[in-house]
Amino acid sequence: MSQNTATVPDERLVKGNHDFASITKLISDIPQQKTPLWWYIAFGISNILLAVMLAMVVWLIWEGIGVWGLNQPVGWAWDITNFVWWVGIGHAGTLISAILFLFRQGWRTAINRFAEAMTIFAVMCAGLFPAIHVGRIWTIYWIFPLPNSMQLWPNFNSPLLWDVFAVFTYLTVSTLFWYVGLVPDLATMRDKVKGKISKMVYGAFALGWTGGNRQWQHYEKAYMILAGLATPLVLSVHTIVSFDFAVSIIPGWHTTIFPPYFVAGAIFSGFAMVLTLMIISRKLYGLEDIMTVDHIEKMNIIILVTGMMVGFAYAMEFFIAWYGGFEYEKFIFINRALGPYAWAYWTMITCNVVAPQFFWVKKFRRNIALTFALSIVINIGMWFERFVIVVSSLATDYLPSSWGYFSPTYVDVLTYVGTFGLFLTFFLLFMRFLPMVAIAEIKAVLPQANPAYYRSQNGHSSKSE
Amino acid sequence: MSTNHKTFGVLAEFANPADLMDAAAEVRDAGFKNFDTYSPFPIHGMDDAMGLKPSKLGWIVLGHGIAGLLGGIALQSWAMSVAYPMHISGKPFLNFPAFVPVAFAIVILLASFGAFLGLFFLSRLPRLNQPLFNSDRITKATDDGFFLCIEATDPAFSEKKTAEFLKSIGATEIEIIPE
Repeated sequence: MSQNTATVPDERLVKGNHDFASITKLISDIPQQKTPLWWYIAFGISNILLAVMLAMVVWLIWEGIGVWGLNQPVGWAWDITNFVWWVGIGHAGTLISAILFLFRQGWRTAINRFAEAMTIFAVMCAGLFPAIHVGRIWTIYWIFPLPNSMQLWPNFNSPLLWDVFAVFTYLTVSTLFWYVGLVPDLATMRDKVKGKISKMVYGAFALGWTGGNRQWQHYEKAYMILAGLATPLVLSVHTIVSFDFAVSIIPGWHTTIFPPYFVAGAIFSGFAMVLTLMIISRKLYGLEDIMTVDHIEKMNIIILVTGMMVGFAYAMEFFIAWYGGFEYEKFIFINRALGPYAWAYWTMITCNVVAPQFFWVKKFRRNIALTFALSIVINIGMWFERFVIVVSSLATDYLPSSWGYFSPTYVDVLTYVGTFGLFLTFFLLFMRFLPMVAIAEIKAVLPQANPAYYRSQNGHSSKSE
Repeated sequence: MSTNHKTFGVLAEFANPADLMDAAAEVRDAGFKNFDTYSPFPIHGMDDAMGLKPSKLGWIVLGHGIAGLLGGIALQSWAMSVAYPMHISGKPFLNFPAFVPVAFAIVILLASFGAFLGLFFLSRLPRLNQPLFNSDRITKATDDGFFLCIEATDPAFSEKKTAEFLKSIGATEIEIIPE
């Protein structure tokens, strides 16, 4: 019979001639080796930024939110912009670890640990802003449904409260998911490290994991269930964040396109952040065999797709503003492109819509320097997207007599810059002490992990014949 | 051998995942129950080779999810209509569409805790130590080793015969693990 079809073999996920032992060594050696000098320098800078952030937060709590540039009518500005931006970045981690897992994308194993860590730290940075922007932070516990002496209960009709539940659940579930994935690798660390104390610490967190199949059986089930739970969760979190805006009646906010538009933007910026961090650390730690150019290309394709979705949403907003025939909505969109915040609007368009177009070309998708540059450009663009949405709508709403213009103060700027200190401090600690690639999962995608590999080779496996 | 010496089990090492899986099937067919295979990653098809029943974790998660759903709706209904009823632009107190996001979050939260705690409950973890760690070789199971251990508690266990049996089905190394 003539053969009219041919199978295209998949690219190998792990480059180089790795076996199980060399994978273990490659990744578990990183926390064991002498801490490199650059790490101390980076950690020092991050700590300074963290200290700046803490000082700004203390100053804000001491003095009140008047130290920010907020005014009437712009009562939300950098705080909420930063919140949405950081929580959006956090979305890539769960997308990579949960959604790509359910779609059986083997390439996710190289970056999922890394991206999940990024998620957790980004959501921590995000959570800071709504907490401090309430003004009287000592009453922040009112947002939780706790019995209290005032017989007060939160208003469950409010999207702001939904947001509390969504973000809190997201942080918790991401952390559980991350830890479940870490347990087998912590057991590897326990069995590899030499020091008595480090053995005890890794051992305690590995919980006595043996790698027995009676454990793996439940582990795999748990991992799949957690992925199944995290998938609707990750889509719901930014949906609910968008409700903060969409459920209000401010022109430019009150639109039904917000949930999918926010989710696409979140994935867009999250992937860009994963790329920024990954391109640096694969170089510093020599992980090019695991985090290959193929990974970068695949992520760039996702960036291109989500970037196009975001671009489509921008166009759709304008179309609906015109088609909806609502004067205020029409005005706000013309004002965004031509009004006082036009500079922010066009920065956003350039960074988010124009910049990703490079990735139509395969050569650019596989160009590491360009990808690195664009990943930063995209996150700048996504920050401006949130800034444009939050500030431009508030600054020029219904009543022209109460229009205003927002300018940040140094406290606004330094608090935002300081959150990078918080983020990087945790991220550097993660890279220093934990296996930053999922060792067990990488081994499972090697061809040698499949029993069929031995059976296809004659006589290699003595038992199978 | 001293009289106080008690055996935990016989540990056999195999060359690769395929050999381990075949060995697991032979051990299952020989009628052993208290045994486990140890590998650095989950090997697909091993559950059948060992004759394990499907994990019950799904039921634990389902229970937690249902509790979260009922609890989430009950919490919101009670808070909004009994504990602190508030007129908000003429909306009903029991405004169920508005309760969906929070109820959903609570379902996911509780179900995830169910999966997390259920995993460790069913795996009998955490444990600070266990006899298996008396082996020198078992640390390879988190690196590149493939092991099968038949425990002494198995009715068909006999130290000498079991070791010989494991050797006969292709084990490269045999180790008797003390209790």
